[in-house]
Amino acid sequence: MKAKFLVPLLLFFGLAGFLAFGLTLNPREVPSPLIDKPAPNFRLARLDQPDKTFALEEMRGEVWLLNVWASWCVACRQEHPLLVRMAEQKLVPVVGLNYKEVRGDGAISVRGMALEAETAMAVERGQRWLKEHGDPYLLSVMDIDGRIGIDFGVYGVPETFLIDREGRIRYKHIGPITPESLQGQIMPKVEELRRAG
Amino acid sequence: MIPELGHFALILALVLSMVQAVVPLVGAQRNSAALMAVGRPAAQGQFFFILFSYVCLTWAFIQSDFSVQLAASNSHSETPLMYKITGVWGNHEGSLLLWAMSLSLWTVAVTVFSRHLPDAFLARVLGVLGLVSAGFISFTLVTSNPFERLLPGVAEGRDLNPLLQDPGMIIHPPLLYMGYVGFSVAFAFAIAALLSGRLDAAWARWSRPWTTVAWVFLTAGIAVGSGWAYYELGWGGWWFWDPVENASFMPWLLGTALMHSLAVTEKRGAFRSWTVLLAIGAFSLSLLGTFLVRSGVITSVHAFATDPKRGLYILALLVIVIGASLLLYAARANKLMGGGSFSLVSRETSLLANNVLLTVASASVLLGTLYPLFLDALNLGKISVGPPYFEAVFVPLMTPVVVLMMFGPFLRWKDDDLLAEVRRVAPIFVASVAIGVGSAWAVDHLTWRTVLGLSLAAWVVLASLRLLARRLGERAGAAAGSRLRSITASWWGMWLAHLGIGIFIIGVTMVGSLDRHLDVRMKEGQRAELAGYTFVFRGAVDADGPNYDAARGNIELVRDGRVLGVLDPEKRVYRAQGMPMTEAALDIGVFRDVYVSLGEQLEDGSWIVSLYYKPFISWIWAGCVLMGLGGIFAAADRRYRRLAARDAAAAVGGRVGAAA
Amino acid sequence: MPADPRSSLPVRRSLAAGALALLLAAPLHAATAGGAPAGIPAATDAGVAPALAADPQLEADMMELSHKLRCLVCQNQSIAESNAPLAVDLRNQVREQLAAGKDKDDVIDYLVERYGDFVLYEPPFKATTLLLWLGPLALLLGGAGWLGWRLRRRSVEVDAERALSVTDRERARTLLAGGGDAAPNTAPPESRK
Repeated sequence: MKAKFLVPLLLFFGLAGFLAFGLTLNPREVPSPLIDKPAPNFRLARLDQPDKTFALEEMRGEVWLLNVWASWCVACRQEHPLLVRMAEQKLVPVVGLNYKEVRGDGAISVRGMALEAETAMAVERGQRWLKEHGDPYLLSVMDIDGRIGIDFGVYGVPETFLIDREGRIRYKHIGPITPESLQGQIMPKVEELRRAG
Repeated sequence: MIPELGHFALILALVLSMVQAVVPLVGAQRNSAALMAVGRPAAQGQFFFILFSYVCLTWAFIQSDFSVQLAASNSHSETPLMYKITGVWGNHEGSLLLWAMSLSLWTVAVTVFSRHLPDAFLARVLGVLGLVSAGFISFTLVTSNPFERLLPGVAEGRDLNPLLQDPGMIIHPPLLYMGYVGFSVAFAFAIAALLSGRLDAAWARWSRPWTTVAWVFLTAGIAVGSGWAYYELGWGGWWFWDPVENASFMPWLLGTALMHSLAVTEKRGAFRSWTVLLAIGAFSLSLLGTFLVRSGVITSVHAFATDPKRGLYILALLVIVIGASLLLYAARANKLMGGGSFSLVSRETSLLANNVLLTVASASVLLGTLYPLFLDALNLGKISVGPPYFEAVFVPLMTPVVVLMMFGPFLRWKDDDLLAEVRRVAPIFVASVAIGVGSAWAVDHLTWRTVLGLSLAAWVVLASLRLLARRLGERAGAAAGSRLRSITASWWGMWLAHLGIGIFIIGVTMVGSLDRHLDVRMKEGQRAELAGYTFVFRGAVDADGPNYDAARGNIELVRDGRVLGVLDPEKRVYRAQGMPMTEAALDIGVFRDVYVSLGEQLEDGSWIVSLYYKPFISWIWAGCVLMGLGGIFAAADRRYRRLAARDAAAAVGGRVGAAA
Repeated sequence: MPADPRSSLPVRRSLAAGALALLLAAPLHAATAGGAPAGIPAATDAGVAPALAADPQLEADMMELSHKLRCLVCQNQSIAESNAPLAVDLRNQVREQLAAGKDKDDVIDYLVERYGDFVLYEPPFKATTLLLWLGPLALLLGGAGWLGWRLRRRSVEVDAERALSVTDRERARTLLAGGGDAAPNTAPPESRK
C-alpha cells in the first residue's frame, strides 16, 4: 500500500476531528470585541427619577456590573433572584440598563407613539416590574430605543458587562447569570480587578 | 397501539438490515450461494417493515393523536390533511424515518433491477446498503425515536411551522432525499467492486443508470427547494449559500463529476481511481450534510432542533462508513492504476479537467461552509461566511467548467488535433463574446458580471446547435428521419442537460443584473409603477383559513393600458403559534415574473406593499428541468437494457454452470 | 475525415450568430424596456401611492449593504431579510449613518467594532482568513498542476504506443514482403461518442 493512497483517509480524519470538537462549541454565541476597550459612554434618564440622568463615568473608580434587562424578557426572570441575593450580600454594585422596555415588547406597537409617551410607559412598566420582583440595582437607566445597546454590542437580553475602575469592559456574560458563572468567572474577575486598584 | 406497532416494525427492520448487512457479505467472501441469496429477501422484508412503520407514524398525525410527542409538536387538529401527512417529515425524527425509507426503497429497486449482476457482486452491494441502513435505523431508534409518547397527551398540538405548510414542502424533501440517498447505490457499487477487486467497464456500465437517476432526483430536489424559497419567503431570493443548501449542493457537484467519470471508465477503462473516490466522496458529502443539519455544529434556517448527542452518533456513523471506505480504497488503489491511455488533446483530458474543476469547486464550498467552525475550534475568533464569499469564489471556478463543457464534446476520444478543433470552435467562441457584450449593452447593463454570464450562455447555446448540426451531418446522404433516429437517447441526454445549464445561466444573469424592487404605501384606488408595469390597489379583505387568520390584498396588474391579471397576496397569522407569514402573489411569465407581497396595515389605513420585477427568473427553473430531462434520457438509453439482457443471459449461464 | 468547406462555414456561422442575437435581443428589449420611470408624478396626484421610504436611493443603498450584514439573533439571515427587532434596529442604524454621509466602509467598521467580524457575511481579509480567501485559488492551481503532471505522463505512454505501432507496422511490412502469414496489426476502431 503506497502511502499516498492514505491521503484521502488522513484528510478525512482531520475533518472528523474538527467536527467532533465542533460539537462542543456554540455557533450562535458571539464574543464581544469590546473586551479591554473603554465602555461606550452614556447619559440616560433614570428609571427611579426620570427627570434626572445618570452617566457611565459616574461609576469611575468602582468595579461594577452593567446588567441589560427588560420586563418582557423571560430569561431575565431566571437570573433575577440571583441578582437580588447578590445585592443583599453586597457582592458587587450592579447598574441596570432597561433595554427597549416598550418597543422591545412584541405585543406593543410604538408606531405613532410620541417619545414622551413611550418613556412614561417605560417608567411605569419598569418600576412596576422591579417592585414585583425586587430591585437589585444601584439604579437603572432607560435605553428607550436600544441605541446604547447597539453601542455595547447587545444582541440579546439578558447580558451583563463587567466594567473596571477605569471604565473599561473586562468581561461580557451572555444569557442569564447562573451560580456557576458567578462563582466561576464573574466574582474571581471582580476580585482580581479590585486588587489591581 | 398503532405507534407501538410502528415502533416494533422499525425494530424488525433494524434486525433485517443487520442480516442484510452481514450475511451476503460473508456469503460473497465464502462464495456460498445460499448466504448470498439472503440479500434480496432481507432487503425486501426490511422495506416492508420500514414502510409499515412510516405508515403508522403518518396515521398518528392524521388521527391527531397528540399522545405521540412528534404529532403534538408538529401538528394540529385544524391543520389541513395534506400538511398533517407531510408534517411527518417536517422534523428531525420523522425526516430520519423518511431517510431510512428512501434508502430501503433504493435497495429494493436494486434487488429488482439486478438480474444481470453476478451474484457475488449483488451480494456485496446489498451488504453495503444494509450496513448503511442498519446505521441509520439504529440512530433513529437509539437517539431519535419518532414514536416517543407524550403522557398524558395534550389536548391540542403546536401545529406545523407555517413556513412548511406549503405545496413546495410537499415535494421538496422526498425528491431531495431520493437524490441524496440515491448516491448510496453508486457508493455501494464502488465498495462492492473494491471488495471483489474487479473494477472494469462492466462495473461502470452497471453503475451509470443508478447514478444518473439519483442525480436527477437531487437536481429536482434542489430546484424545487429553490423555487419554493423564491415564492415563499416574500422577497424573491432563491439561493442563499446557507450551510444546509451547500450540504445538498456539494454532493450534486461531485455527483456530476461522478457521472462523467463513469462514462470514461465505461468507454475507455480510465479514471478508475477518480470514479471510485468520487463515488465515495459524493455519498460522504450526503452523510456530512445529514450531520450538519442535525448536530448543531452550524447555524442554519434549515437546521432541525439539535442535540450534540445526536451529532456524536452521526459523526461516529460517518467515521465508520467513510473511514472504512477510504481504508479499503487505500488497500486496493494499486489495482486501479492503468487504464486506457490518451494524449494531451483528447476528450479524456477535458473530462479529467472536468473532474478536477468540479472537485475544486466542491472543496471550495466545503471550505467556506466549515471555515467558521475551523476558526472557532482553534480559538481564532468567530466569523461568518456568506453569499459575498461564495459568489466571489464560485463564479470564477465554474466559468472554465462551462467553457470546457461545450468544448469537450467536440474532441475525439484518445487523440485529437488541437488546431483543427480550435479552428472549428473559435468562430463560435468569438460570436458568443460578441453576443454577450451586445446583449448586455442592449439591456443597458454593461458590467463584467452580465457580459460574462451572457457570453457563457451564448457559448452554450451556439455550441449546442453546432454539435447537433455536426451529429446530424454524420450520416451524410441518409434521410433526415433516419439521421435523427440514429442519435441515441444518451446523446440527447447530454445535449439537453448541457443546454439546460446555458438556460440556467441566462436566468441567473438576467435576474441578478436587472431585477427591480419598490416598497409603497397603498390606499384603495392608488397606483404604483415599476419597470413599466402599473399596480392598482383595490383594497384588502379578510381571508381566513382553517388554521390561520389572513388579510388578502387585491391588486390589478396593468401594462400599456391593458389589465394583465389580478394579484392577491396574503398576510397570514397562524393561530396556534401566533406566527405571521406572508404569501406573495406572482404573475409568472416566460420572460419575467411580477411578484407582490403584502406587508402591514398602517394607522392611516394604507397598506405596505412590496413590488418586485424579476426578469427571466423562470429560466432558472426551466434550465433545471432541462438538466433533469437530460438525465432521464441518458439513464433510459436502450443500450443499458440491451447489455443488461446480455449480462443476465451470461449470469444465468454462469449459475447453471456452477450448479452443474 | 469529411471535406472541409471552409469558405461557407464562417459565413453560415456568422448568419446563425446574427440570427440568434436578433432572437435574443427582441424579447430582451420587450422584457426589459419600460425600465425608465414614467415621469415623476405630480405631488397633488392622490392616485399615486407614495414610496414607503422617504428616499428610495438611500433605501436601495441601505438594503444593498444590509444584505452583507448578518442578523445575530437569527438562524443565518441577513438584516435585510429578517424582521427581528435587532435586524430592524441595525437597518435603521445603517440608514441613519448613510444619510449622515458616512460611506459603506465607515458603517461596516462601526458595526464590526461593536459586534465583531461575525456580523459580516463577507469575511475580512486578514491573517486568520488567508486560508479561506486563498484556499480556492490554491486548490485550483494545485489541481491544474496535478493535471499537467498527469497529462505529461500519459503523453509519454501514448508516444510509446505510437512508436510501438510504427514498429509493428514495419514488422508487418517485412512479413508481408517475405510472404509470411502473420496478420497485420489492426488497432480497434475509434468510437466517436
